[in-house]
Amino acid sequence: MKRVRKRANVGNIVIYVILSVMSVLWLLPIAWLLMISFRKEPGAYTTYLFPKALTFDNYVRLFTETSQFNFPRWYMNTLIVAVCSCVLTTIMVLMLAYTFSRLRFSSRKMFMNIGLILGMFPGFMSMIAVYHVLKAIGLAKSLVSLVLVYSGAGCLNYLVAKGFFDTIPRALDEAALLDGASRNTVFWKITLPNSKPIVVYTAITAFIAPWVDFIFVSVIMKDDYQNYTVALGLYRMLEREHIYNYFTQFCAGAVLVAIPITLLFIKIQKFYVEGVTSGAVKG
Amino acid sequence: MRKSLRRAWDGLTQHFGALFEAFRKGDAWTRLSFVVMGMGCLARGQIVKGLLYLAAEVAFVLYMALFAWQYLSKFGTLGTVGMHKEWDEALGIYKRTPGDNSMLILLFSVMSILLIVAFLAVWRSSVLAGYKAQRLKERGEPLPGFVQDVVSLMNERYHVTLLTLPSLMVIAFTVLPIIFMILISFTNFDAEHQPPGNLFTWVGFQNFFDVFWKDPMKSHTFLGILGWTMVWAVFATFTNYLFGMILAIMINKKGIRFKAMWRTIFVITIAVPQFVSLLLMSQILHDQGPLNSLLKQWGVIKQSIPFLTNTTLARISVIVVNLWVGIPFSMLITSGILMNIPGDLYESASIDGAGPVRTFGSITLPYMLFVTTPYLITAFVGNINNFNVIYLLTKGGPLVTDYYQAGKTDLLVTWLYRLTVDKQDYSLASTIGILVFVICAVLSLIVYNRSASVKREEEFR
Repeated sequence: MKRVRKRANVGNIVIYVILSVMSVLWLLPIAWLLMISFRKEPGAYTTYLFPKALTFDNYVRLFTETSQFNFPRWYMNTLIVAVCSCVLTTIMVLMLAYTFSRLRFSSRKMFMNIGLILGMFPGFMSMIAVYHVLKAIGLAKSLVSLVLVYSGAGCLNYLVAKGFFDTIPRALDEAALLDGASRNTVFWKITLPNSKPIVVYTAITAFIAPWVDFIFVSVIMKDDYQNYTVALGLYRMLEREHIYNYFTQFCAGAVLVAIPITLLFIKIQKFYVEGVTSGAVKG
Repeated sequence: MRKSLRRAWDGLTQHFGALFEAFRKGDAWTRLSFVVMGMGCLARGQIVKGLLYLAAEVAFVLYMALFAWQYLSKFGTLGTVGMHKEWDEALGIYKRTPGDNSMLILLFSVMSILLIVAFLAVWRSSVLAGYKAQRLKERGEPLPGFVQDVVSLMNERYHVTLLTLPSLMVIAFTVLPIIFMILISFTNFDAEHQPPGNLFTWVGFQNFFDVFWKDPMKSHTFLGILGWTMVWAVFATFTNYLFGMILAIMINKKGIRFKAMWRTIFVITIAVPQFVSLLLMSQILHDQGPLNSLLKQWGVIKQSIPFLTNTTLARISVIVVNLWVGIPFSMLITSGILMNIPGDLYESASIDGAGPVRTFGSITLPYMLFVTTPYLITAFVGNINNFNVIYLLTKGGPLVTDYYQAGKTDLLVTWLYRLTVDKQDYSLASTIGILVFVICAVLSLIVYNRSASVKREEEFR
């Protein structure tokens, strides 16, 4: 018995070592990011790993030197877009999820299949067309267009919420309907109050999207610097002509973006797993 | 397949049958409503409803006559008059006159065609509503007023209320652009045929032929990139899956402490936006980056290792960096499933004296592969479209001259991106987009059938 335990202990120690080494490897880039964000010397490529002097300047300059890269404005842009598209997407996702989970009508299956097929086209393919559609309705290069595009794309991700609604017992709905409540009342008074976690999940995923996208926004905004979001703005800082002067500021800005996103993500990780796996067995 | 075709046919005949019946059995007003929408309702006293139908028709006719027609009439040719110079007598100079804009013709035509389809649906519903009102009246039953109709939107027809806004958004920002781009792949819209200066026109399947065999350079590029995309997707999917599962097993092993801490460490790396973490990685691996300079300082190497600029090394680098990105993902996803493996399987294995490697190979892996096949295929499709890892690390490079506007680590999607954004070669990009769609659709179909069969199997148990 003692020998078995000893063997298990040795095994566990090996695992602890592996886990520690992996943790270091995985956290190293993030630690490096934090470190560079406080580094005094400019430049992207240094011949040493640890900064020679530390400073808080990179953060201060992000918010004070706004003539070339208007970070505070981009941060506000992103916040506005994120809040608006979060509200719009959440409402639409919940509407779609409830419709497909609870209501039965003749074209239901057709709608769901169309949603599935649309999701298989690569998003970049239609980017240019989206830009021209926005231009045709006079919205190109505006924050409104970003809200519309993110919500239009986001509302197709309703399957997780639908799966959640499917688990709420129908007996509740039926009792209320028998009592003379309308479908609308059931949705607002019974289904929604019972689905707080999924509302939070939907809202947070929709909120995160504008913070991490730099592709769609670059196609829509082109050279309109004032309406950039943080992701695109930071991405621009690493272009060849700016990278020497702005690399440390890029790191500082990235830290300021990554902190809220990380906290929000940790909050929804459980549903995130369900989202990915339910995507696999949709149908 | 035959069944669904048959169902579609039945649906179609049913739709037309209802209209036919309305015409046959309808009275003069109902028949009039085939031409003047809403008359069937107006005649029976459903004033608001009838007027709304009438207004819809007027608006549609005005839209077609005043706006859509100038584009739809040129849909067949996509415009014939390019931008040209015209002699201006009064000023005595050549003036540039804008000609047809092929892009706008195509875009507004698609928009108008969608509107026509929508209008036909409204038209059909107006005829049927008129006929229904007629029948109700004949039978002496009360007609629903406008208020009742609105109330029914909150109840029996609640799905109409809920679907309207999302459908409009999806049509405007997904359906319309996708149809537009599918049509583009049958044109010659590229940098040399760029509106408003130049026209582009229909070329049939030319782009598809080019990509497959006609244009040697494009087909060489396409086949090369397709091959690498598949290799990449296989490696990226299975390495991540395997190592992520091993990590999950280690963290979940009995007797390992601080499980939550280990998990959180790896989850943090998922949460950091990819444009941050991957851009950093590309800096670290740069020829003059910290990794190379450290190795030089320690005297391990004399010359920089071209992690991202040598074809083979770059391909290995992206797969290795993708491990950093992907292992936490699959750890998160597999841990839940791992805990569901029946414990008695492990007990009997340990009684038989199987070691951890043996247990993993003959119990854990087969079980997991069986349960997670749908997830694996989804992940595979995801990796075919894995834009971020490639674009942020290597931008598709190293660029080579025997490829058409592409580099050796380019995936189909990153090639598509470069063709649209940098090279304005829209027709080729759309063609590739369609091919990517076909690949993904076939794989997803397999998932669908597979998960359906898994479900059925559970029913039998």
